[in-house]
Order: sequence, then structure tokens, then C-alpha cells
Amino acid sequence: MIPELGQFALVLSVVMAFLLGTVPLLGTLRHKVVWQSLARPAALLQFVLVSLAFACLASSFLSNDFSVKYVAEHSNSLLPKPYQFAAVWGGHEGSLLLWVLMLSGWTAAVAIFSASLPLVMVARVLGVLGLVSVGFLMFILTTSNPFDRIFPMPADGRDLNPLLQDPGLVIHPPMLYMGYVGMSVAFAFAIAALLSGRLDAAWARWSRPWTVIAWAFLTFGIGLGSWWAYYELGWGGWWFWDPVENASLMPWLVATALIHSLMVTEKRGSFKAWTVLLAIAAFSLSLLGTFLVRSGVLTSVHAFASDPSRGVFILIFLAIVVGASLTLFAWRAPAVTLGGSMGLVSRESFLLLNSVLLVVATGAVLLGTLYPLVIDALNLGKLSVGPPYFNLVFAPLMVPLLFVLVPGTVSHWREARMSDVFWRLRFVGAGAVLLALVLPFALGSWSAGTMLGIFLGMWVALGSLQHMVERLRKPGRIGGSFWGMHMAHFGMAVLVLGITGVKSYEVERDVRMAVGDTVTIAPYTFRLVGVEEVMGPNYKAVQAKVEVLKNDQVIEVLSPQKRRYFSTAMPMTEAAIDSGLLRDLYVSLGDPVAGDTPSWSMRVYYKPFVPWMWAGVLIMVFGGVLAALDRRYRRNTNQQSVRTAGEALSGTA
Amino acid sequence: MKKTLLPLVLFAALVAFLGVGLMRDPSEIPSPLVGKPAPAFSLTTLSGDKPFSPADMLGQVWVFNVWATWCVACREEHPLLVQFSKSQRVPIVGLSYKEIQAGDQAAGALSEEAKLQLARQRSLKFLKIAGDPYKLSVMDLDGRVGIDYGVYGVPETYIIDKQGIIRYKRVGPVTPEVLIETILPLIQQLDTPA
Amino acid sequence: MKHLLIVCCLVAMSGWTHAGEAQPMAQDPQVEARLLVISEELRCLVCQNEALSSSHAELAEDLRREVRKLIRENKTDAEIKTYLVERYGDFVLYKPPLKPLTWPLWFGPFILFGLALVGLWRYLRLRKQLPSSRLDATGRAQAEQLLKD
Repeated sequence: MIPELGQFALVLSVVMAFLLGTVPLLGTLRHKVVWQSLARPAALLQFVLVSLAFACLASSFLSNDFSVKYVAEHSNSLLPKPYQFAAVWGGHEGSLLLWVLMLSGWTAAVAIFSASLPLVMVARVLGVLGLVSVGFLMFILTTSNPFDRIFPMPADGRDLNPLLQDPGLVIHPPMLYMGYVGMSVAFAFAIAALLSGRLDAAWARWSRPWTVIAWAFLTFGIGLGSWWAYYELGWGGWWFWDPVENASLMPWLVATALIHSLMVTEKRGSFKAWTVLLAIAAFSLSLLGTFLVRSGVLTSVHAFASDPSRGVFILIFLAIVVGASLTLFAWRAPAVTLGGSMGLVSRESFLLLNSVLLVVATGAVLLGTLYPLVIDALNLGKLSVGPPYFNLVFAPLMVPLLFVLVPGTVSHWREARMSDVFWRLRFVGAGAVLLALVLPFALGSWSAGTMLGIFLGMWVALGSLQHMVERLRKPGRIGGSFWGMHMAHFGMAVLVLGITGVKSYEVERDVRMAVGDTVTIAPYTFRLVGVEEVMGPNYKAVQAKVEVLKNDQVIEVLSPQKRRYFSTAMPMTEAAIDSGLLRDLYVSLGDPVAGDTPSWSMRVYYKPFVPWMWAGVLIMVFGGVLAALDRRYRRNTNQQSVRTAGEALSGTA
Repeated sequence: MKKTLLPLVLFAALVAFLGVGLMRDPSEIPSPLVGKPAPAFSLTTLSGDKPFSPADMLGQVWVFNVWATWCVACREEHPLLVQFSKSQRVPIVGLSYKEIQAGDQAAGALSEEAKLQLARQRSLKFLKIAGDPYKLSVMDLDGRVGIDYGVYGVPETYIIDKQGIIRYKRVGPVTPEVLIETILPLIQQLDTPA
Repeated sequence: MKHLLIVCCLVAMSGWTHAGEAQPMAQDPQVEARLLVISEELRCLVCQNEALSSSHAELAEDLRREVRKLIRENKTDAEIKTYLVERYGDFVLYKPPLKPLTWPLWFGPFILFGLALVGLWRYLRLRKQLPSSRLDATGRAQAEQLLKD
């Protein structure tokens, strides 16, 4: 009953999305205000319907309804309740429903928080979002219906993949999708602007907070994914340049460029065509990511089970959405005016350089990800492009980006003098160079890469700090935008320092340990004190107890496990991590080793500065949220309060 | 107008490549050994007679089939191979690849000699039930010869010509279509004197 | 009683002598170190995009064993890679070899960067020459007049 209700809700959603996607847009063409005003209610109703469908699927999971094929494939009666809920998006069909839920959510949010926008604009933006929803909902209904029944109903489900039975699954995909899908809002604004022929500063100002919030979610989602891989996979890696990871990084890079470009369009009316193109590109990369993950075109640990028919649908959808957008761009973009003049050295030119570097980096990642496919399609053989390539190509592009970040924030609009800029930054530069020279010796070893990493991290961190201190000395209120920008930059610096630190100074020991044995990574000693069997709700595990000593004091006891889930025969390593401010201690339990005394293979890692990586990401996210909540964007609420205050004062309330 | 058309053109090219990519299998690895001499080895056989080496087959076209009793996909092609062997068209030599796997509970503590015996036992039992298409089978217990031949999964099948050059490699079970459309014509071609 | 005490001490001591510094899993740490570096750049052929260093697949174990053997024979990194490429093709390398087939891959990003910088330079030169949008004296007076009204 409930699955059928869910399916019905989905069908109604498509109808509603179709209405949303056509009537308001026609209303803008034919200047019919009534049709345009249908946009907001349709958007809200669509959200309600998709939520209902999602709730039905969640209910099927939580009530262990294994007559639903998707539930039977991804759940199990022994699965703990939170994972039963998260299993809703554990597979292809459900994760698409999550996508659509997020999309209708963002659409509804735009409908609610757009009081200060002209109705014509709202109609266009919501209309475009509606059309995108139609595509996804049709995809779900025709090829990936989560509500399909299975007959005969199995006694129990196949269980959720043990790798996914983790808090990470509960939070990473929703956050990531919020980011991916959020790019659709910037996209819709850009298309709306192209359709109206008005690409002005106002459009940029409306777009910006939506883009920044989506960017913040995307940053958080990517960071979570990285962190999850780090503690889940058992050997401390956190980025593999896997096609699916790249599929999330590319929209992020372009979104970052977009935010900075919007800034220029908003303040100076420049770069309009470029900004619109970036907005289209960001969402296109989101869609491309969806295609890559679900079509089976590339091999990846993250890929959903692939099906060529699904791949074809998404490709056609991608071709239509992006093709139509780029056609519209080709047609309408040249009609845009150029905006004010700018000097060779100016904040604008620095921001343009930012765009260039980020877009080239995106291009490099795209090239590396798709090259094997291109070579295969041309029948020229089979290649692999992996981390060695990406590391070699990506890092050199990030170096100038981080370097110009600081002068960019310090330069004046329109015209700036390099000598002035660098004079202002003399202490920052000196500080960064000094720290880059001194710290490696304090930390143990020296290498050019380490020095460069520390220099860039400190350059950005000190630059942001100096700017914030200088500004605090001046009078006047400081907006969220300012804090947000510097927080985000500072977070980036902390991330860079974290990455430099761990890559330069991490230590791994791969040893066999019997009870009582120790292994030392100065100044820490790890002692195995016992190994026992423990039971989990749906697994059995071998658990080691490892004491961590510093200066002969036990500072922590770690319990790494090797689990065997009942449902699959797959063994799973659960690493144990002790996180401190400056380092992680990471212990992973391996297989028993043959010998006279019972021993186990253990991997012990000393990972300095890893917590800084996660902290850096969180600071960036926080900065994004601060920037998006800047009061400038919520001026209509101020108008409300001014109006009511005025009425109260004049006694006309 | 021209400059702003560029993104669309690039995108169209991308879609074309992705479309073609949909029809390919990204995990199938073509063999670099096609056109090269079959790597030499000398392995003991299933029946325990004198060791076999590819040089023994010089002067005739032959099929080299990689299999194991634990391989489920091999069972798909096995009846076809048995059928084909009855035609006596070309000899089929089997490579028993890693018959004793790493996680094998029963065989864990055995000596190398005992493992070989167990592998022989299992293979002979299987061939007795399912039919024996092989002129002979060599025992590659540790997978070394497999690596030399670029084996990465089972089953895999090679066609080797009279001069000992590998002419074709099939990854995955041999299907009737592959046999009729590719393998037989190739054997015909290789058999015809120059 | 005294005998029991001695026996207890001996038993306790034997336990003690077992507990020591853990031995490395690897037979030969030098070889393992080289293996780790090389296998990070090699692909596990039967996995869904994993490096040879971290994969648990059986073929990966076998290939690591082969690489160890080659390291012990003092083969260079290049020779080891060639050994694997001869058998499995370029697919096994995570770092694509530099050859005409991969020139677009390796040079592409840097060419793109160069072109972008050139484009940026030309664009900025162009923008610099545009008339300023600043108001001149009469325009300024006009604006002030408008504001007063």
C-alpha cells in the first residue's frame, strides 16, 4: 500500500514539475502574470509530493518491507535502525530519489526566499528548476523506480553493503547532494538571466547567496567523504582521484570560480558572460558526475551497479539540458555589455586570474578522468590515469592560485599598484618565508615540497589574519561577507598546512604483534594488550586492545576491529583512531599470523596534522555560511521592519 | 557569435565520446601479447607424465584454455569446449590456474607436493564428470605462468599459431558466437599453408 | 612452597621474554619499502580502481609477490614496470607513459594554462583601453543637481 502511494506521489510530482516547468515560463513569454504566479505554489506543492514519496520509501525500509525490491536489495532486519533509514540512499534508485528531494527542496526554498525578486524572474528561475526536475523524475519512473515490487517476497533482505554501515553514510550523501543539486539554483538564475536578456549586477547579487550556500554544502560533503574514506578503509588514505571523487571536485572548483566571478559582476558589472558560463558549467559538471557514477562508463569503487539503459537516459538528459543552455548562451551572451574599465593590476584582474586557474585545474581533472574513455572510444587501446598523474598536474596549478589569493584580497577595485600591494604584504610575506624555512627543521625533516606547502599555507593564513586585524581597527560594522571570505580563505590555508604536514611527516609501521609486543613511533609507543571476540548487532568481530603510551604513561586505549558481517562473507576492517590537536594515531588490525605465539598483523600510523585538514574544511564551510547570511541579501526583511516601525511611529498601525 | 559557440561545440564532442564509451567495457583489458611469441614455460601436467612446454606444440595451431574447478564462468564454456574437442579440429591444452586458492581452508597447511596432488585430484574429478576437452592440462599452482600470459581472470583462451605466436586472446567464457565468428575462421586462416 | 615460587617466576619470565618490539610483517623492510612506492603507481587489474599496494585481491597478492622477486633481483623501477606492461599493457600503470598517444594528456593542462594566460593578458589589455566609466566634471555637476531634486 505505502509503496504504491509513494509511486503515485512520484507520478503526481512529474505532473507538477511539468506544470512548473512550462506554465510560468510561457507566462513570461506571453506576459501573463497569472501564469507566472503559478510558479511559487507549484514549487511548494512539488516539494510536498516528492517528500511524500521519499517518506513512503523510508517507511518501507523502517518497516522491513522486503516485498519492495529495492528494500530487499539494500536492507536487512538485523540492520540497526539509523542505517535502515540511511539505506534509503544506499543504492542507485533511492539515491536518485534523494537527489530529486533535494532538488525540489531547493526549488521550494527559492520560492519562499525570493520575495524581493520580480515575479518574472522568479517564474523563470522556478520554471527552469521545474524542467530539470521533470528530467530526473522521468528517469526515476522509467528506469529506476525504487517502488518496484519483488515476487516472491524474500524472507530477509540482502543487507546494506558493510562498507556503508557507518555514520558516514547517514550524513555524507545528503550533504554532498545538497551541494550538487544546489548548483542548479545558480544555473537556473543564469538561464533566467539569459532568457530575459538582462545580465546585470542585480542578477549577480540574487545569485550569490544561493551559490555560496550550495558551495558550502558541497565543501562539507566532499570533506565528509574524504574523512569517511580515511577512517573507514583502514589504511589512512583520504583522496584517490577516483572518477567519482573527481566528479565532486570539478563542480566544486568551478563553483569556487563562480563565487569569485559573481563578486565582480555584482560590484563592477563585468565578466557577465563568463559568470553565466561558469554557472552553466558548475551544474553541467554535477550532471556529468551523475552520469559517470551511474552509467558504468568508468570503473570506480564508488560506482553504483551500472546499467547501459540508465546511462543512455542520463546522457540524453545531459545532452538536452547542457546543450540547450549552451545554445542559449551562444545566442544571447554576446548581447551583453562589457561593463567598466579595469586596470592590468586590479582586484578584477586578480579575480579573473582566479577563474582561469580554477577552470584550467577543472579542465585538467576532466582530461585525466575522461582520457581513458576517449582513447578506448577511438580504439587506441586501454590506459589508466591515476593519482600520479593528477598529483603531478593539479598541484602546480594550485600553487599560483594560493599565491595570488592574498594580493587579490588586498588590491583595490579597478586600479591597484603592485608595489603598493606587496608593500602592504611585507610582513605577511616575511613571516611566511621564515616559517617555511624554520618549521621543517623543528618538525624533523626538510624538503622543497614541504617548504612550499608551509609557505603557501602561512602566506594565506597570515594574509587573512592581517586583513581581519586591520579591518577591526577601523570603525564601522563589518558584514558577514567580509568575515565569510576571510574565514573561507583561512580554512583553505589550514587545509593546505594539514595536507603538507601529513604528506611530509607521516609514518607507517606494518608489524606482527603478539600480546605484550610494542611498536614505537616516537614519541608514542603502542602495546597490544589483548585480542578478543565481540558481537555486534549484525556482525561478529575480532577486537584488539592497544594501549598508547607517551612518556610511559597510557594516554589512550584503542580498539581496532576486524568484522565479519552475517549477511555477506566480506571481512571489514574498523580502524581505531586517536585524534589530537596536532596528530592522529591510527591503528588497523589485520589477519592472524601463523606462528608459535598467536600474533596478528597490525598497521600503526602516525599521521601528523590530519585533524587540521578536517578543521580547515569546517572553517571553510563556516566561512561560506557566514558570507551567505550577510545582511545585504536579506534586505527585504529590513524593509518589512522599517515599514512596521514607520507605521508604529506615525501611529497609523 | 563564433566565440560563444565554442563551449557548445566542445560539449557536443564530449557527448559523442561518452556515447561511444557507453558501448565499451572499461574493465576489459586487451592483451599486449597478441602478435608476440607465447611465453615459454615448463610445467608438470595433470596426468603426471613428462612436463609440457609450448615448444612441444610448434608446427600446429592450438588452443590454450585457462580454467579451474572453482571457476563458475568456466562451467559456462566447458560443454562447448568438450563439443569442440570432439571435432578434433585443433588440440586444446588446458592451464589449470591456481587450483588451490589462497583462502582454501582444506589445503592451508599442506606441503607443496600435497597441494599439487590435491589439485590434480580435484581437476581429474571435475573433468571426469564434466568431460575432458583437453589434450593435456598443465598445473600452474602459483599462477606464475598465468602472470606471464597476462591472465587476470578465469576463463581466458588463447589461439597460438604454428610458429608459436599468440594470435588471439578471449577474456571470459567462449560463447558459440565467438567460436563460430572469430575462433574457427582464425584457425582456418592459420592452418592454411602460406 | 619455594619450588612453586621459582616455577611461578620462571613462567612469568618466559611471558616477559616474549613481549618485545614488534617485528615488521615484511621479511625484508628494504624490499617492502620499494614495493610500496612502486605498487602505489600500479593498478590492481581485477579491482574497481584500486592501487596494487592496497588491494586484497588474490591476483594483487600474486603480482606483489612477483614485484618483490624482481626487486630482490635488483631490477630498476623502469624494468619492473616494463615487465608488467609486457604482460598486461599500459592499463596496469597509473602514471600513463609519455608517448605520442598520451601527449594531449600530459601537455594538455599546461598548454591550456598557457593559452588561458595569453587570453587573459589580451583581455586585460583590451579592458584597460576602454573609456573610464567615471564621471567628468560636467557629469558630476549634473548628478549632484539630480540628487538635490
